[in-house]
Amino acid sequence: MIETIILGLLVSMFVGISAGYLGSLMVLEKMALVGDALSHVALPGLAIGYLFNFNPFIGGFAFLFVSAAVIWHVQRVTRISFEALVAAAFTLALAVGIIIIPEPELLEALFGDITNVTMLDAAAAAIISVTAILLTRLIYRKLVLAMISEDLAVSKGIDVAKTNLLYLFLVSVVVAIGIKIVGTLLVGFLVVVPAIAAKNLSSDMFRYTSLSTVFGGISAFLGIASASFFGLPPGPMVVFSGIVIFAITTVANWRLRLTA
Amino acid sequence: MEGKGSHILEVSDLSVRLQNQTLLDHISFKVEKGTTLAILGPNGAGKTVLFRALLRLLPFTGTTEWTEKVEIGYVPQNVSVNDVPISVKEFLTIENAKNSPEDMLKLVKLDSQKVLNKRLGILSGGELRRVLIAWALIDEPNVLLLDEPTNGVDVGSEEPIFLMLDGIRKARRMTILLITHDIHIVQEYSDYLLAINKCITYFGKSEGIAKLETQRTIYGEPVCVETIEQKEDRL
Repeated sequence: MIETIILGLLVSMFVGISAGYLGSLMVLEKMALVGDALSHVALPGLAIGYLFNFNPFIGGFAFLFVSAAVIWHVQRVTRISFEALVAAAFTLALAVGIIIIPEPELLEALFGDITNVTMLDAAAAAIISVTAILLTRLIYRKLVLAMISEDLAVSKGIDVAKTNLLYLFLVSVVVAIGIKIVGTLLVGFLVVVPAIAAKNLSSDMFRYTSLSTVFGGISAFLGIASASFFGLPPGPMVVFSGIVIFAITTVANWRLRLTA
Repeated sequence: MEGKGSHILEVSDLSVRLQNQTLLDHISFKVEKGTTLAILGPNGAGKTVLFRALLRLLPFTGTTEWTEKVEIGYVPQNVSVNDVPISVKEFLTIENAKNSPEDMLKLVKLDSQKVLNKRLGILSGGELRRVLIAWALIDEPNVLLLDEPTNGVDVGSEEPIFLMLDGIRKARRMTILLITHDIHIVQEYSDYLLAINKCITYFGKSEGIAKLETQRTIYGEPVCVETIEQKEDRL
């Protein structure tokens, strides 16, 4: 039991840290809702995994990435906003997922479960998180420049479309490993809320990404620790931990403005 | 303009069509090296489209030929900085550059002690435009494309920015292509004028803008303009 909790804490830390880091870009891109809704797209993939007896998280990741790639392509062709496309894909995926997923696994898929985390899960979470952070670090500045001005980025030889696709792929990977712990309905929280909490206290990029990463790790760690301690579902407890951090930073930001 | 040897850019029969709309229609002109070409025209005339074509940011027909190896610095008309927590120093070092942020801020006449660690989104309009110009100049380009470089700057702060740019152009022997709506700026700070409204409506020496006939060609009616000397005489 203790071993499972420790493994759960380890996985949650890696997921929280990588989601916090990658999420800092998602929030800047004004895609907070995209980050949240994207995670729900995994549900039909999880369902197929459960139905055909293979690792549901591989199915979840496959669905996430294919959806992200399709949305990316449709957005480029039609110029419909990311948010509108993800909202459509997310509700469709949720509808399909809930119909085909077996009843006993539904709650686990939606809200996460730490009772069956294995050593293999922890190792996979560590490797995937570190790789995702390192790859995102390589494209971070390019994406920030594209946010400031896409023309400026393209004039510097940056392929903004391909860089965005790589970023969406990395977000999909991190969300897929997060689903195991926090569940498909709530993992998007880890991509969005640590970043907006960090934004409350940041005037430069280094501080912003550092705080977002740290807040992501703390939210996940405290959430899983308290879920284990009180015997509650992990997803909601991660959300509560993150919201406490967000509330503290919002008050701090308000106080700073008052005294500035 | 002068012979081919002194031209840095030759644009021939340039047309841009997107989604069945003609944005630029058979434009041809040349830019003399070391000069400032002002580009004038009403909203939607295709001025920014012309820059985007020169930067190869969109598909076009015709040719745009730089006659020597050029390093282009670009200041876009609009940037989104309000929501991005990035400091001036981080912005100027976002890519590996030939010059330090401190040196660049000095070049554009900003106090680096005052603005270096400031968030880009809280700079005044004038400070932000100077930082964008510093960004465009950081790799020592020989061509500068400025798309309304004083967009969002109050009237009194515009002239010092153009004075500064003119000084840098002369010192570095740069060529500047400048999109502006300001006839006074055309007269005082450019050598040649290209007026467009999808096609070319005027191309020649900038002083030509003072002629009523030229204004009729560009605007359909004369426009009152006043040079600095006239203004000083009046005052």
